[in-house]
Amino acid sequence: MSEKTLTRADLAEAIHKSVGLTRTESSALVEDVLDLIIDSLAKDEVVKLSGFGVFTPRKKSPRVGRNPKTGETAAITERRVVTFRPSQLMKDKVDRALS
Amino acid sequence: MIKSKLINKIADQHPNLTTRDVERVVDSILDTITGAMCQGKRVELRGFGAFSVRKRDQRKGRNPRTGETVEVKAKHVPFYKMGKDMKDRLNA
Repeated sequence: MSEKTLTRADLAEAIHKSVGLTRTESSALVEDVLDLIIDSLAKDEVVKLSGFGVFTPRKKSPRVGRNPKTGETAAITERRVVTFRPSQLMKDKVDRALS
Repeated sequence: MIKSKLINKIADQHPNLTTRDVERVVDSILDTITGAMCQGKRVELRGFGAFSVRKRDQRKGRNPRTGETVEVKAKHVPFYKMGKDMKDRLNA
């Protein structure tokens, strides 16, 4: 895990090592956890993971945007996005580790 | 949905695991993501999104109550960007 970027495989490996499940089962669990979070957000539910943070689905109103390359105006339709607010615990850990 | 509900639902999908096992699985996922960010690394979960760390420069802030100018130190903040699959499933 010395690379700059972690992926699903690293999460599965962490489960395999710390919980002792097989790699196959660990991978399946990573997938199931992420899927369940997406499902909840798609149902417009807020997902609160204590000690980690909160994922909130938000509705963005339609607006008139602009193509930055051509300068042409373009209509941007209404859409749903997800914002993440890290917990104070995570903010403290990350800031302390890197400063 | 809160963490305990997430754990219970995953435990229902995996009858061979105890709730305690699933709790350790979920904690392991979340701790690994936080741990990576603590090393300044990025966590890219295709379809779900990406976690990274952004640097905020030092700036002059103001105490809203007294109006006094205060120095706000540079800091590192966790950042998340939604993935494409999630975007599609929310906008289907």
